[in-house]
Amino acid sequence: MSYIVDRRLNGKNKSTVNRQRFLRRYKKNIKKAVEDAVTKRSITDIDSGEKVSIPKKDLSEPAFHHDKGGIRDMVHPGNKEFTTGDQIARPEGGAGSGSGEGQASDSGEGMDEFVFQISQDEFLEFLFDGLELPNLIKRQLRGIESFKYVRAGIVNDGTPAKLNIVRSMRQATSRRIALTAPSRRKIKNFQKEVDQIETQDPSMRDESRLLYLIEEIQKLKARIKKIPFIDDFDLRYNHHVKKPIPTSKAVMFCIMDVSGSMNQAMKDMGKRFFILLYMFLKRNYDKIEVVFIRHHTSAKEVDEEEFFYSRETGGTIVSSALKLMNEIMQERYPTSEWNIYGAQASDGDNWNDDSPACTKLLVDEILPYCQYFSYIEITPRRHQALWREYESIMESCDFFSMQQISDPSDIYPVFRELFQKKPA
Amino acid sequence: MTKKRNPISTESEWTFDHIQEYDHEIGRIAESFQLDTYPNQIEIISAEQMLDAYSSVGMPVGYNHWTYGKHFVATEQKYKRGHMGLAYEIVINSDPCIAYLMEENTMTMQALVIAHACYGHNSFFKGNYLFKTWTDASSIIDYLVFAKNYITHCEERYGIDEVENLLDSCHALMNYGVDRYKRPYPISAAEEKQRQQEREEYLQKQVNELWHTIPKLIDKDEPEQEIRYPNEPQENILYFIEKNAPLLDSWQREIVRIVRKIAQYFYPQRQTQVMNEGWATFWHYTLLNQLYDEGLVNDGFMMEFLQSHTSVVYQPPFDSPYYSGINPYALGFNMMRDIRRICEHPTAEDKEWFPDIAGSDWVKTLHFAMENFKDESFVQQFLSPTIIREFKLFSILDDDTKKDLEVTAIHDDHGYRVVREMLSQQYNLSMNEPNIQVYNVDIRGDRSLTLRHIQHNRRPLEKDSTLDVLKHLRNLWKFDVHLESHQQDELTETYHCSEEKTELDTPANDK
Repeated sequence: MSYIVDRRLNGKNKSTVNRQRFLRRYKKNIKKAVEDAVTKRSITDIDSGEKVSIPKKDLSEPAFHHDKGGIRDMVHPGNKEFTTGDQIARPEGGAGSGSGEGQASDSGEGMDEFVFQISQDEFLEFLFDGLELPNLIKRQLRGIESFKYVRAGIVNDGTPAKLNIVRSMRQATSRRIALTAPSRRKIKNFQKEVDQIETQDPSMRDESRLLYLIEEIQKLKARIKKIPFIDDFDLRYNHHVKKPIPTSKAVMFCIMDVSGSMNQAMKDMGKRFFILLYMFLKRNYDKIEVVFIRHHTSAKEVDEEEFFYSRETGGTIVSSALKLMNEIMQERYPTSEWNIYGAQASDGDNWNDDSPACTKLLVDEILPYCQYFSYIEITPRRHQALWREYESIMESCDFFSMQQISDPSDIYPVFRELFQKKPA
Repeated sequence: MTKKRNPISTESEWTFDHIQEYDHEIGRIAESFQLDTYPNQIEIISAEQMLDAYSSVGMPVGYNHWTYGKHFVATEQKYKRGHMGLAYEIVINSDPCIAYLMEENTMTMQALVIAHACYGHNSFFKGNYLFKTWTDASSIIDYLVFAKNYITHCEERYGIDEVENLLDSCHALMNYGVDRYKRPYPISAAEEKQRQQEREEYLQKQVNELWHTIPKLIDKDEPEQEIRYPNEPQENILYFIEKNAPLLDSWQREIVRIVRKIAQYFYPQRQTQVMNEGWATFWHYTLLNQLYDEGLVNDGFMMEFLQSHTSVVYQPPFDSPYYSGINPYALGFNMMRDIRRICEHPTAEDKEWFPDIAGSDWVKTLHFAMENFKDESFVQQFLSPTIIREFKLFSILDDDTKKDLEVTAIHDDHGYRVVREMLSQQYNLSMNEPNIQVYNVDIRGDRSLTLRHIQHNRRPLEKDSTLDVLKHLRNLWKFDVHLESHQQDELTETYHCSEEKTELDTPANDK
């Protein structure tokens, strides 16, 4: 007898846990691969999985087995020309295969790499492992402006719209059972007596008692009927309470200097940094918007394409961009609803008189409403004017930070530096 | 045969009704050949589920461990790139016998798989003496469920790392967690009692004489007699650890036991690969041909079946790029078929070589062969000159003290017996795995554990992995571990593993 079972609809991810165990064990290798990938990858495909390779040696599970050497007898098929006693030169690369099938590969000898793919989610998990958004908690405590209703059990009063029918009916049923129990018990007893009398011989019956009993039963049944099917105090209502939720929307301002002194390579580095930041914010917020502002002597809000690829020349007035950012913030992104992040990339060149203005704008107008503002200086040379100016802000403000990038390979370390989890 | 054909199916798409019908017919024919099977549970699964089944080495329920994750990642990778196809089926030695069929298979393949797995492998599991003595088909699924739950429970209690670390160590010694020679007690019947004994034993261990720390007075005059513990060398290292490791907690002992039990469960499969596959292949071939003779399948079905069958039993010659040892399907199938031939149409040569079976009832003889042998003895007993000639087998001697390899025998009158002997040894697991046994525990001294490796044909141990395994063994034993490698009573190498370092001594180093 055979049973035929269709298992195709059963879960197919039986190995998920084992896979996670595997990733967990080789976390270090994978993290390294991810970090290498970030610095080497082309900018646009950061949003995908990654190949990870681990030296086979690290993966091997050891077991006792034989090494080469000693005396071995082997039987092979397909003899064509050998006769007993023939001497054959030992083939290159060891003593042939045969008896120990698969031993060499099982043991993990050989320095091959074990290569496998991790998904995009896993990639980002490793990428942003150990990082956090600074100042996140503070905003949650400070700006409780939106609410949502959550269920909070069942109550006795409420509006008809929230009537919980199942609970009300259950209440009614139990009330009816409770109130009619004595009567029903009596009926049962009387009925028993009636049945007993009716089995007696008609001449022996106590007719008056029988009549009395039937009458009583009728009365009790009438009483049971009078108990209402549903009553006011049976009604139950769903209860909801208002619960504050932290704002889950964020806007990210990308500010980049496109003056003549910034070349394409520098802008590329800026872009990578912005993408990393974008990915990171995306993992923390439900909804995220990006505002691109570029500037030379004057600032302009642009779309992504223009932001990264169009070329401009001219001098540099950084404050123009900050001014524009402030305007957009006030106009479109009220702090009650939005978490605001700013990231500025520049080569640090600025009109000399402008730097103090930038500081003033940042400290007075922008930073009070920002969750975090980071500045990266993309220059292979020494720090420029703007850096020195910003250093003063750095000292007074927790959620302002700055770093220097001189080479593409710096980007990820700098990014980690900026968002490193800080001990509370 | 001019019988009118009335095929069960004519299309390549399978349906549940057709599977049922094929199963019914194949079952009927199997019974007429006296194939005795467990009830079948045929499960249709998707390719993804097959990948899952692969990575858990065919266990339908497995505990969680990274190494299965590694297998999964590797197979998934290979499969997705098209480097490998998936097996058409996986069959589990359980009662009822579970067989997985892939939904991608065609109707023909499903019928082939049913004949191969549900009647071939199934009857082998039920009939072969190794499976009968070593495994208990009715309880294995329950045991695996127990193992999975127990290990999950331990992970919750003691942490994933702790459990993983322990499992790693056990896995390293998994091949040394089996009893090779000792007969087991009937598992399920005595299981409860055994459990109870174990608990007692554990309590007993708290006061075990073995680890008494108060030194006995030794009479100095008496020549010190060397007492070894264990008295006899022990081949089952994991068993020895489970019962004797001084510092393991009871849950750790239980996990060692789980790994050991699973190793033991798979041990018969490792010893009967040629026979098992040969038997199943022989029967799918015979059963489906019978279906054809009865007119239940059409020519198209047979063409597809034969194409797949021939590629399964193809044996590439040794100099082919596809050669990777002797194909167990090919050897097994041909030997099974050869036994039938010897029974039905013996030649003079067969009569001389196999006087007992030549001309006997082939069904009975084949069942006898299936039931009472393992690969090693099966080859020794039944490899006929015909097969040696067909495969053109030859044996090679590889002696590292000589410059060249030597051909010691080919398929001729002088060679048959030699080739047969050599091939049989090739399937002797205890020859292929280094012979390592627990030799001594220094119970009066530093509690160090000594293993002894007896070299066979001067074959040495692979050094790096040996040292790694010793590290794992030390992790279980918790005191120093030594391994002495002996070559004909002469100590050639000693491996040491202590907390600080692991190292290898050769006598040359000592001087």
